[in-house]
Amino acid sequence: MAHPKRKISKSRRDKRRTHYKATSATFMECSNCGSPVLMHRVCADCGYYKGKPAIEKEVAV
Amino acid sequence: MRHGKKFNHLSRTKSHRAAMLSNMASSLILSKRISTTVAKAKALRKYVEPLLTKSKTDDTHSRRVVFSYLQNKESVSELFNEVAEKIATRPGGYTRILKTGNRAGDNAEMCIIELVDYNELMQKEASEAKPKTRRSRRGGAAKKTEDASATTKATDDKQKVEAKADEVIEDAEVVEDLPAGKAEVKEAPKAETKEESTKEENASDGADTSEEEDKK
Repeated sequence: MAHPKRKISKSRRDKRRTHYKATSATFMECSNCGSPVLMHRVCADCGYYKGKPAIEKEVAV
Repeated sequence: MRHGKKFNHLSRTKSHRAAMLSNMASSLILSKRISTTVAKAKALRKYVEPLLTKSKTDDTHSRRVVFSYLQNKESVSELFNEVAEKIATRPGGYTRILKTGNRAGDNAEMCIIELVDYNELMQKEASEAKPKTRRSRRGGAAKKTEDASATTKATDDKQKVEAKADEVIEDAEVVEDLPAGKAEVKEAPKAETKEESTKEENASDGADTSEEEDKK
């Protein structure tokens, strides 16, 4: 079986990993309360989805 | 090879999976809304929707068939007595899945699966905000609205032209008040040129306005 001839140095390993990047999740503002909401999710704060109340939440306001 | 085998096993044996889906279907029918993971909800949707359709024909055979899936007397009677009436007019699509974020312990994608006809919050809104939209362009209903908007634009343009003309006239009058006759002569043609230029601009702007006038 083929094997690596040399150990990959820390430098080469780390250089390879410079392209490993995390991407941030895309948020949008809730149309009802304005809090940040993940796409295609019910708003965790007010329970609205697509501008309509989807889930009854204890209304604090 | 599992090419094209889309069925989600949910990390369970067939009997385990069948038992779980049966229990979940009973829970959904009895409580109308259950919170679960998205994967289970999607599997459950495929499991219950045929049963809900089956409940529309209330006879002994369909009750027995449904009971063989649900294995729960209460849920079967609830399904045929209560739920069947509610969903009678709906041609499939009895359930709704709303994603609600990730679970704290294992970061599993959670959701709520519910019977559409039992969520009165969404239903009210839907019934209120239901404008009759025609997606086809046949009949020319959409064209009329476009024409209307075009005509309003045209009228706006006309008003602008008139206003500009008024301004020019006012300028000319001011010039006339001055005693020097030469100034009058000089200023007057300028005003005219201004008018012409404005007219030309408007004409170029509102190519469709002239068409509108022709129609009238």
